[in-house]
Amino acid sequence: MGIEQSGKAEWVTTRLDNFVNWARKNSLWPMPFGTACCGIEFMSAMTSRHDIARFGAEAIRFSPRQSDLLIVAGRISIKMMPVLTRIYEQMPEPKWVISMGACASSGGVFDTYSVIQGIDHFLPVDVYLPGCPPRPEAVLDGLMLIQRLIEGDSLTHYRPSDAPAET
Amino acid sequence: MLPKDQLSHVLKDKFPESFLELTSFRGMLTVHIKGAAVLELLRTLKSDPRFAFNFLADVTAVDHLELAGHARYAVVYHLLNQYEARRIVVRAWVEEEHPSLPSAVSLWKTADWLEREVYDLFGIEFAGHPNLVRIMNPDDFIHHPLRKDYPLQGRGERDNFPVVERSIGSRWKAGKAFE
Repeated sequence: MGIEQSGKAEWVTTRLDNFVNWARKNSLWPMPFGTACCGIEFMSAMTSRHDIARFGAEAIRFSPRQSDLLIVAGRISIKMMPVLTRIYEQMPEPKWVISMGACASSGGVFDTYSVIQGIDHFLPVDVYLPGCPPRPEAVLDGLMLIQRLIEGDSLTHYRPSDAPAET
Repeated sequence: MLPKDQLSHVLKDKFPESFLELTSFRGMLTVHIKGAAVLELLRTLKSDPRFAFNFLADVTAVDHLELAGHARYAVVYHLLNQYEARRIVVRAWVEEEHPSLPSAVSLWKTADWLEREVYDLFGIEFAGHPNLVRIMNPDDFIHHPLRKDYPLQGRGERDNFPVVERSIGSRWKAGKAFE
């Protein structure tokens, strides 16, 4: 990082927010929720050819309790939506959601009774990836957008007093 | 396997009340029969050595709401004779009011899930089925969505879920970061 070269500095000053965000954005733990062909394309994005470890997000976990980035890849049927909601609620805060591909974002071509017309009807989505399916580069770009989102975050956003009043 | 005209005679003799017609398309024979007699017909096609259709390949259904037909629903059985590599189709016609016909589970165990699928999507009941519950749609689904009078986009099932909000009130909003 160059710090080693700068003489005898053994400590740096920074804002706590910057330090925490730096740590968070470079160690995202994705939880893939692959239900269709986008899930296959996501596997391709996970390969060494695209080296997602450059962004510190190579530790894929299939347990929502160990991850902070939910990647919804594929169409979500009405039978799957309660499952997806349960998985989202099991993830610890702070957490982010990528809606990967046309189907997860809008239902895609499946305008039928059994397909959710965009998971953002029911879940808070942070980044949408267009494409059918999105190329691995798009997945990496979505990951970098999540990193930019984390950079602008602040610990003060998580104070309990900021929480909405119970109704 | 008998030729078409002989088969027609045999079936007409055996099912004088229920046999409707025998059609053929590109060499594939289709037996049309009233739904109540379908189990007897399937049993004959399976156990009579002249037919020996030992394998049930598929059970599905067609809704003839706006199409010509002997009744509204046709339950379609695809049978296969594995000794002679021959196939035959049985179309069992059932009426619109309380569509029901005897289950084929006693002949082929594979009919279990296939008939559950037909029941789930068309609402056609199979009398004598050991476990006639939905197999694809959620258990609390109300209608039978492959019926032609059911709207393609449903009756609001896909919009009827609880909305999960961001759990922390003033969380950095996505739009703000990318301005």
